[in-house]
Amino acid sequence: MQQCMLGLLLLFGFGQALLAQNVEILTFEQLQARMANQKQELVVYNFWATWCKPCVEEMPAFEKLALDYQTKGVAVVFVSIDFKSKHAKVVEFVGQKKLKSEVVLLNAPDYNAWIDKVSPKWSGAIPATLVVKKTGKVSKFHEGSFTYEELVNFIKPLLE
Amino acid sequence: MQKVLSLFAFMTIGILAFAGVEVGDLAPDFKLKNIDGKMVSLSDYKDVKGVIVIFTCNHCPYAVLYEDRIVALNSKLKGLGFPVVAINPNDASKYPDDNFEGMVKRAKDKGFNFPYLHDESQAIAKAYGATRTPHAFLLTRGNSGKFSVAYIGAIDNDTENTNPDKTKYVENAVTAINSGKKPDPASTKAIGCTIKWKQ
Repeated sequence: MQQCMLGLLLLFGFGQALLAQNVEILTFEQLQARMANQKQELVVYNFWATWCKPCVEEMPAFEKLALDYQTKGVAVVFVSIDFKSKHAKVVEFVGQKKLKSEVVLLNAPDYNAWIDKVSPKWSGAIPATLVVKKTGKVSKFHEGSFTYEELVNFIKPLLE
Repeated sequence: MQKVLSLFAFMTIGILAFAGVEVGDLAPDFKLKNIDGKMVSLSDYKDVKGVIVIFTCNHCPYAVLYEDRIVALNSKLKGLGFPVVAINPNDASKYPDDNFEGMVKRAKDKGFNFPYLHDESQAIAKAYGATRTPHAFLLTRGNSGKFSVAYIGAIDNDTENTNPDKTKYVENAVTAINSGKKPDPASTKAIGCTIKWKQ
């Protein structure tokens, strides 16, 4: 009986671990390499932070998009720009919110070195969103929040 | 015809107001309420080489991380002819911490040694083209008494303040100007909180 309980506990613990994302830490070069080699038709990279209220508010719209457009080859990646020292906080947040889309932490504190490489249109304010097509050559950028409808209208031209 | 012309003029003004300033442009004047209740204008600054205008706020964690550094910046650069003027442009209806009372409290708690002005209508943030907090605009005063924009962007390249070898953009820009050179870089970007615009 005791063994059985232990087994159950282990199983439960393992299940929780499977559910929670570990949140990979990437350099900007690693993020760029991912964009160049993505397997999905279209990936929506949403730049956010745990402390950014409008970012957190728009997350459900992105999760819904990932779900609704999965069959069309669309995926969402939440790119946290929280400091690397806050990694545990990001993991905890992702677990609490039960985020299903992949979350990565971008460890690139020298902002001026890479913001223009995401988009020259980006001033650095978050939330900000970059949509990249499989080829890696076509992309579209938006600084500011999205509703679900706005987000769908934003990505649709890239799916045609 | 006149109607068309006035419409065109209106549109042009609209576009200009939204585009903000670039390095080399004249800096828009302002007259805003300081935390002591008095009005402060850019044109009040006569015995200076320039002014460091920083759009910031109370609630944004990235702005908060820079508070002590802005105090230190003013202590160091005011004596070199470049005092700091901080401006909070955020719509307080969504972020109550950013209201005038919050500004007074924050300035007192953190020992702000510079004016902290309330851009309640957000017109000045728009005129400058500020998009995030913190967002710095280094202005130089010309012989005519008009100010022009010499540097736009981040205060340094280390928001978390953990890198002892950080590049201090604003300080370096002031050093360059004081030695008769142009700031290089003249503009930088940084992650920050979106200015909370009124809807």
